[in-house]
Amino acid sequence: MASTPLIRGRWGYASITDKIADIVLRRPTHWIWGVGLLVTLLMSVFFFGAMGYLFTRGVGIWGVNIPVAWGFAIGNFVWWIGIGHAGTFISAFLLLLRQKWRNSINRFAEAMTLFAAGIAGIWPILHVGRPWFAYWLVPYPNVMNYWPQWRSPLVWDFFAISTYLIVSLVFWYVGLVPDLATLRDRATSKTKAMVYGFFALGWRGEARHWARYEIAYLLLGGLAAPLVVSVHSIVSLDFAVGNTPGYHSTIFPPYFVAGALYSGFAMVLTLAIPMRHFFGLEDFITKRHLDNAAKIMLATGLIVAYGYCMEVFTAFYSNDEYEIGMTMNRFFGPYAFVYWGVITCNVVIPQLLWFRFARYNVWILFALSLVIQLGMWSERFMIVVTSLSRDFLPSSWGLFVPSIWDVTMLIGSIGFFFFLFLCFIRVLPAITIFEMRELKHEELEGRQP
Amino acid sequence: MAQVFSARAVLLLKLAALGAVVVMGTGLIATYKYFWGPDTVAEAPEQPIPFSHKHHVGDDGIDCRYCHDSVEKSSFAGIPSTHTCMSCHSQLFTDQKMLEPVRASMATGQPLHWTRVHTLPDFVYFDHSIHIAKGVGCIECHGQVDRMPLVRRVASLQMQWCLECHRDPEPHRRKSSLVFVMRPTSEIRAEGGLPDTKIQSTRRLTDCSTCHR
Amino acid sequence: MSELRRTFEEMPQQAVPLERDAAGQPFIRVTRREFLKLSAAAAALATAGCRGPVEEIVPYVNPRLVAPGLPQFFASAMTLGGCATGVLVESNMGRPTKIEGNPSHPASLGSTSVFEQAAILELWDPDRASALAMRGQPQASDALQTALLGRMQRLEQRHGEGLRILMRYESSPTLAAQLQALAQRFPAMRVHSWEPLHRDHSLQGARLAFGRAVEPLYRFGDADVVVAFGADFVGEGPGHLRYAREFMDRRRYRENPPVNRLYAFEPTPTLTGAIADHRDARSPAEVAQALAQLAGALGGGKVDDPMVAAAARDLQAHRGRCVVVPGEALAPEAHALVHRMNAQLGAAGTVVQYIAPICGDVDCTRSLQELVADMAAGRVDTLLILGGNPVYDAPGDIAFRDALARVPFSVHHALRMDETSATTTWHVPLTHFLEHWSDARAFDGTASVVQPVVAPLHGGFSHHEMLAMLLAPVAGGPRDWVRAQWLGNAGDAQAGERWRALLRDGIVADSAAQPVQVAARNGDFTPPTAAQPWTLVFRPDQSMHDGEFANNAWLQEIPRTHSKLVWDNAAYVSPASAQKLGVKSGDRIEVASGDARVVAPVWILPGQADDTITLPLGYGRARVGRVGNGVGFDAYPLRPAPMAWAAPARSVRRIEGEHTFATTQNHAEMEERDPVRRINVPEARELHQKPIENAPEPETLYPGWTYPGYRWAMVVDLATCIGCNACTIACQAENNIPTVGKEEVRHGREMHWIRVDRYYEGSQERPRTHFQPVPCMQCENAPCELVCPVGATVHDSEGINVQVYNRCVGTRFCSNNCPYKVRRFNFLHYTKRDGEPPLDARNPQVTLRMRGIMEKCNYCLQRITRARLETEREGRRIRDGEVVTACQAVCPTAAITFGDLSDPESAVSKAKRSPLDYALLRELNTRPRTTYHAKVLNPNPDVPAPPAGEGKGEGHMVPPTTPGERGGG
Repeated sequence: MASTPLIRGRWGYASITDKIADIVLRRPTHWIWGVGLLVTLLMSVFFFGAMGYLFTRGVGIWGVNIPVAWGFAIGNFVWWIGIGHAGTFISAFLLLLRQKWRNSINRFAEAMTLFAAGIAGIWPILHVGRPWFAYWLVPYPNVMNYWPQWRSPLVWDFFAISTYLIVSLVFWYVGLVPDLATLRDRATSKTKAMVYGFFALGWRGEARHWARYEIAYLLLGGLAAPLVVSVHSIVSLDFAVGNTPGYHSTIFPPYFVAGALYSGFAMVLTLAIPMRHFFGLEDFITKRHLDNAAKIMLATGLIVAYGYCMEVFTAFYSNDEYEIGMTMNRFFGPYAFVYWGVITCNVVIPQLLWFRFARYNVWILFALSLVIQLGMWSERFMIVVTSLSRDFLPSSWGLFVPSIWDVTMLIGSIGFFFFLFLCFIRVLPAITIFEMRELKHEELEGRQP
Repeated sequence: MAQVFSARAVLLLKLAALGAVVVMGTGLIATYKYFWGPDTVAEAPEQPIPFSHKHHVGDDGIDCRYCHDSVEKSSFAGIPSTHTCMSCHSQLFTDQKMLEPVRASMATGQPLHWTRVHTLPDFVYFDHSIHIAKGVGCIECHGQVDRMPLVRRVASLQMQWCLECHRDPEPHRRKSSLVFVMRPTSEIRAEGGLPDTKIQSTRRLTDCSTCHR
Repeated sequence: MSELRRTFEEMPQQAVPLERDAAGQPFIRVTRREFLKLSAAAAALATAGCRGPVEEIVPYVNPRLVAPGLPQFFASAMTLGGCATGVLVESNMGRPTKIEGNPSHPASLGSTSVFEQAAILELWDPDRASALAMRGQPQASDALQTALLGRMQRLEQRHGEGLRILMRYESSPTLAAQLQALAQRFPAMRVHSWEPLHRDHSLQGARLAFGRAVEPLYRFGDADVVVAFGADFVGEGPGHLRYAREFMDRRRYRENPPVNRLYAFEPTPTLTGAIADHRDARSPAEVAQALAQLAGALGGGKVDDPMVAAAARDLQAHRGRCVVVPGEALAPEAHALVHRMNAQLGAAGTVVQYIAPICGDVDCTRSLQELVADMAAGRVDTLLILGGNPVYDAPGDIAFRDALARVPFSVHHALRMDETSATTTWHVPLTHFLEHWSDARAFDGTASVVQPVVAPLHGGFSHHEMLAMLLAPVAGGPRDWVRAQWLGNAGDAQAGERWRALLRDGIVADSAAQPVQVAARNGDFTPPTAAQPWTLVFRPDQSMHDGEFANNAWLQEIPRTHSKLVWDNAAYVSPASAQKLGVKSGDRIEVASGDARVVAPVWILPGQADDTITLPLGYGRARVGRVGNGVGFDAYPLRPAPMAWAAPARSVRRIEGEHTFATTQNHAEMEERDPVRRINVPEARELHQKPIENAPEPETLYPGWTYPGYRWAMVVDLATCIGCNACTIACQAENNIPTVGKEEVRHGREMHWIRVDRYYEGSQERPRTHFQPVPCMQCENAPCELVCPVGATVHDSEGINVQVYNRCVGTRFCSNNCPYKVRRFNFLHYTKRDGEPPLDARNPQVTLRMRGIMEKCNYCLQRITRARLETEREGRRIRDGEVVTACQAVCPTAAITFGDLSDPESAVSKAKRSPLDYALLRELNTRPRTTYHAKVLNPNPDVPAPPAGEGKGEGHMVPPTTPGERGGG
């Protein structure tokens, strides 16, 4: 197991701290980072500009219609929330499972989770016809004496996502406290010291602090772990509860969760590989980390593939003409290219991961991570749009064609995500300093006879 | 190394945090009260003529229907035409300065512009005639108009206020012949003025489609 | 919320433009300027915020007889092609908002066509001409009188030499009387007629057959067998509503009288063709051949055409209870031939009777040709054009415009500044029929008085007032003239009573025309049957009529019954012809006839005859208004005067370029899901004799509903639906449904609450067409209710899925979950679109929906409410038939039944008990409140069935269903 160490090269406690803390405090800005920030900032501007136009004109600026009343907005929502899964999975599940290798990737993975989930949370609000009344989904005492309609999965969804967001945020922050203290103490200027100090909540690293920290962190981990499963299960119910062929399917919860982790880990790689390269973190985020992530992708990918097979099987096994019609429509209908695209991206190509050379080649991994995310987005499109475009009455069949605004907002949201992440790298330690020290410590302990 | 924050600073910070919580909480409640809270007491708005229901109804004892003539057959109770005012005031108080706008309206044919006291949103379809027919006294919603020099709104007219009655109409209903009597329903009922009309189930009365369409 | 509709309370009440005299007759008060001021005020109020905006109440100065907030109904009549249809106009606070048919009017029987429904929008159209104009320049209102004054004297000296009047088909006795008076003053004056959709052929045919011009009146109630040659008697022409009612009533399954049988030969799909038991698509020439063959067969000749032969046998087997119906497009000889056949078959005098032509014995084509000749020769110096738009709709080979340009003094008296006004010296705004007094006759001669319901919104005056200018001054106004026409000048009380009755009923008692006795002569009537390489078929567009409705957004957006196209006309060709031309739908062809060439986009239409191209008239308007300008292509230039309905094309060729169409239905196959169930008479008989054991309702885990009071439900009879779209547009008018425009329809965002689905069965060449009106099903297990997060769509205690607009946040989950896709969403702020009626034209009883809100059919909740309030005030239950939904009221064939299921004796309860009743997508266990009756067909076994999958699947059997009721109630 420890065949390849989790930290490569000869690092001491101090040097680890320097290395990571300096990315934030001292290291001069890499020009790539600057360029990236500018580009993503521009994309973010497009995102919010489009949002403004959307609020003034209405959702009609998109391609949505009757019968396809849900379009990109919902697809994007599911996709982002999916990406927002890996982080908490890594930090919570792997924590509980005592997977030490998580330590070097959990911090930025969690940041990724927060950003992704936050962006996901925007989409439902953009999606509704009268966003200014979206708060009616929230149960609160009102002069209309009227509550939300509890049978609707959209209401459950509201709770699922808000809970997940809050818990993830707290979990992430608690994990940050010791490192914030470190930064406070090594801060180069008074203001930095003040800011980091404020958020470090007076952490002094006493044994008492550590003891309480350990307990709090473990508890939060325990709290977050089930949420990883619940959120996407409930998101999947938005569809499963509906009666539209292609929505109305009992395998959705597990199938969605697997899909979420699949795309989530893909995103982790998309972020980790350039980051370790540009900030010289190869020693902390080693090939072994990438290998592990790749293995998880392979596993979840296979579950997703199983989901695809079962959908087709149950359709024909049920002998329900509408289910069969829906499946044939996916295979050969106007959106067939999406379906086969999904199969290629999510099932065929990832089989490369069976091979060691693929898992240890950063270039292949990086390409794969992008392919898988494309595949997972297309899968959401397939579920949301293809199913709606042809349901029960042939007379009301119709196609969905995305408008320029659909595309702008999708790309814009991606830009905004990376913008947030780039800022994060420069403001907070992207790798948990003290946990790396811990690793080093255990490694040394391990050496002792 | 030196502490970034002195003990006092920390204390202040903690107090500030506490204060923030309190302020936000009260602020939230205040806003809620202001925008959505029941505002039963409303000022009587300015009117082109300080028309006194107290005088006309209370003192002179004119029946509501003399002026609000469509209240029994239409959703709209009806606002008296200038002609109606003049049917008395061509004889009475003909020199009153106060009544100048009425005479002007009669002369020029330009209608009076009253300020609305009871307003409902556009998507609420309230019908006077049915409430009258089912023995809901004017006083139930409009209050003791016969004691108002200037009419003001006495009920919030919010959905929850409507629902209170639609959920349990009985205490608010009276004998149909006594609908226009300006006395509390409780008294009227006590004196045997119990409703003599049947109404639909409260389930029907609380259907969305009863008021919205 | 501020976007939503003010209730009528907030409407400024002096906007009521009618003041009643003692007799309750309206006469006009408010001037247009005032009116606009007031509507502006209304608009201002309407945009006030939702929390405590300062609002005003503006009472009357003088009391009115009408209580504010209560609608009033006025009987009047709308004429189309000169013939009147009786209507009842609903007026809210003096603003006309909705038109219903007049049940006591013979041409209406309570229903209307799409045009009467759309007349409201026509009335409120802001693009109507609003000022007297000379050469396009606005003039003072008395300018015309002054101009006419001198001219009239000069004309009088010449006894009216050079004075001409050009008018459309007119059946108004008052107008006729005025023209007579005019003829006395100007003996040399001549009156010409031009109606683009004229009835010259049938009149000419009658002259050939009987020696005099007469019009046929059919009594389809008495016909067991009907053979139609290019005749769309349920779809268009005078009396089509009445004919549809009588004919389709015989399509309902009964033992006695039996279900009738219809054979149709026609070049292009029509409504009549779609409901036929046997329909064959044939070119005009082939139709004529078939007709000749039928004539031969009836004369005992031998025919090889199986369908003709079968028809002939059927006709002979039903002598005296059958009729042959000729389409206007047939050649005069063909009409004559048909008259003789009907005489032979004993139909004449029984099923078909003849009356003198309602709009007089005129030959439009010749009349127009003479006028143009005279104008060109400079023999016309004063021309009065009463209505119509001849510059636009004159035949291509009659150079009307050039000739008109040579007339020194020409007046165009019309609703709009249109193509003709651009050429005449004067334009005089005409009042809409809801704004003036007049009278008119129905297809059977019954007379009605046209009474105004609102002050002229754009000024102007009626034809009567126009003609009065040319006459010696007469006492009184138009109202008195019309009154005098019917009551003489009697002023006594009894006359007043008769006048009131006449206005109340909307018809003049027993004024129907008496049948005339005519005998068909013998003579050789052989219609021309020469086949052409390409035949152009000219038809009025189903929604534009002759083009006068081109600026009407409601009509533009009504899907054409067969093509489902909106906002366009197209050159319809058969699949085979499309191959021959090498075109697909959307490609463009250039069609040449005479010396005119027109470029038109192609639409491939199943059931179109090969080698024929159908060109709908009424599009390509240049000067009609913001809505209709430049929409579609104009086919009139291709139309030769002598062959007004079918002419050979000189050349047809494909040219470059594509056209994007907007259609509301993309898929025409039923995919063996059989939404429309069909059943033949024998099977129907079986089913009625021993109904199959009811299959039990599928189980559900949800608790059942209980219904303390009413349980509203609807049944749509597919056997009698003719796909005329009247329900769709009536619903639009009643429920303030916005139009969305071509682009939005292309995106699939049309808003109609009740749509008419069109399915094809069988081969592309000989498809059987089925129609299915689909409103909200008001499911008991409504999937929509389950998924709305804010409870904006809920089940009310009477079983209606109400959509609460003010609660809707627009997640659109309900639409996804609706298997019938009847929900409509305001993707954009459609109610603010150009071409939408102003606030004043809206139904004050229905909330206007802003963007982001879902909406759908709610069984005309406002009408149910109106009835409920009334009955609750009286303390009684709503009687059966007391609530009539908009679609039900307008349906020409009474295909829609609506009522209370908790009353076992109600019409709807009875209908639900029929073995033909079935629920759409029953297997989903949504338990719809709206159910259908299977389409009953009565094919003749002798006729070989058309090829390819006719009646495939179990589609033919009707699994009996019970209306999806749950719980007790």
